[in-house]
Amino acid sequence: MRDFRSERVKNIPPSGIRKFFDIAAEMDDIISLGVGEPDFTTPWIVRERAIQSIEAGKTSYTSNKGIQELCEGIEDYLKSRFGVSYNASDEIIVTAGASGALDIAIRSVVNPGDDVLVADPAYVAYAPGVMLSGGNPVYVPCCSKDRFKLTPDALMESLTPKSKVVLCNFPNNPSGGVMTKEDYKAIADVIVDHDLVLISDEIYSELTYEGEPASAASLPELRDRTILISGFSKAYAMTGWRIGYLCAPPSLCDAALKIQQYVMLSAPTAGQHAAVEALKNGAEARDEMISEYMMRRNLFVKGLNRIGLECHMPNGAFYAFPSVASTGLTDEDFAEGLLRDQHVAVVPGSVFGPSGAGHLRCAYAVSRDDLRTALERIEVFISSLK
Amino acid sequence: MDEKDGLILKILEDNCKTSEQEIADMVDLDATEVAERIAVLEKRGIIRKYTAVIDWDRTGGGQVAAILELKVTPERGFGFDRVAERLARFRQVRSVRLISGVYDLELLVIGTTIHDITGFVAEHVAAIEGIKETGTILIMKTYKENGQMYFDRKEGERLPYSF
Repeated sequence: MRDFRSERVKNIPPSGIRKFFDIAAEMDDIISLGVGEPDFTTPWIVRERAIQSIEAGKTSYTSNKGIQELCEGIEDYLKSRFGVSYNASDEIIVTAGASGALDIAIRSVVNPGDDVLVADPAYVAYAPGVMLSGGNPVYVPCCSKDRFKLTPDALMESLTPKSKVVLCNFPNNPSGGVMTKEDYKAIADVIVDHDLVLISDEIYSELTYEGEPASAASLPELRDRTILISGFSKAYAMTGWRIGYLCAPPSLCDAALKIQQYVMLSAPTAGQHAAVEALKNGAEARDEMISEYMMRRNLFVKGLNRIGLECHMPNGAFYAFPSVASTGLTDEDFAEGLLRDQHVAVVPGSVFGPSGAGHLRCAYAVSRDDLRTALERIEVFISSLK
Repeated sequence: MDEKDGLILKILEDNCKTSEQEIADMVDLDATEVAERIAVLEKRGIIRKYTAVIDWDRTGGGQVAAILELKVTPERGFGFDRVAERLARFRQVRSVRLISGVYDLELLVIGTTIHDITGFVAEHVAAIEGIKETGTILIMKTYKENGQMYFDRKEGERLPYSF
């Protein structure tokens, strides 16, 4: 029999984290800081609304772009919260999570052979997503000394003749780095001068702790060459509902909608109704969760520095990204040792790209009790290395 | 009162046993500053008491609780205050509130048996001058108190790793 797998799928390297799953599966007292999702359950008011929608028989497909009420809700929300203007009628698509938006965004713009500049470290799906479209991911390093921001210099240095797309995610998974409006302004010139399109994944934007959350699309010079991606998973603790959205000027939005129409049809219906409620009445619960994340961040990052793992204070998302340089171990060896000896799960930074090497991604979306215990165990592990 | 005080109060309301050092880390102050702020909040009567939320039903012994609704004739110059404060002095009375609607005051009353409560209402509450009418509602089961659920909830579990 032939090998039926496509070349593109074969070219995607296996996930570096697979073996960690297997080790973790054997343990029952594990504290996992490896989870990229909120530990909160979706606010009850949102769940209740979804139940009502199911009881009312709202169980069919929706329009490809999502129910009108939700698109309008997103339009209002983006305007009031981020100063970004998208028209619900032809510039917004509700997708199956931000991942669904990412997929159709990449496929809308990437031709085989195009180079896609990916701000590194990056969410693990970016490079494979680009490769599935036949594009080449080119990593643009975001360094610890720049607090993991994307700088115009790094972008310039990484440019290639085939560059077409910039793909970035701020607040950043895994580093917690954040771009302010000024930071976006600084890269806007490079993007405009080289006629690039920006895919800006802002799924964590609500989780910005100091200063106002910023959107790349709020800059007029970027707005018409930007595909904005966001969703409800992180801010409203709605990961399992799979509701995200994509916003773009009409021609790009129309291209993305073409793919959605033939691939996903529409985002899950009950989830769309839940999302309407989240926008209407979920702000209080959302802000309470964000305030809790901020306090956990302070608790955990101060604790890390106290026990000797140097860590910058991340201004967004719910990840601490300490350096393991002081221990002399690689991030992978540290993460594996910590899991085996102390049953604490973290993700080695190199999983997220070359610039993540030497760091650990620790999600502090766990209870304060667990953070306290994790710190104690990490301290024991570090002492055992001496 | 500033934003940090607000955060300190929320942390203590959730768990008043949280250490000063831990609070300090969370709100980005040092432990001495936190202690000083808490002292001020206590002095100003913003923090009234440190207490535990106890599900007495689970102790087996338990106690009986009732909501007591009262119609009261307000007094010139004092309104409902004097009657309310008088009622509040009874140790059986756990809370006293002035409410809108048909009744004027709402009390939470506890006792060891139902007879304790009915006796208390008849002999002590109803006899107070100005109280025109009482309505006693027996509490049969508590599901949530002070923001705490009294029933066990099994929420969904997360995978050990996700990106």
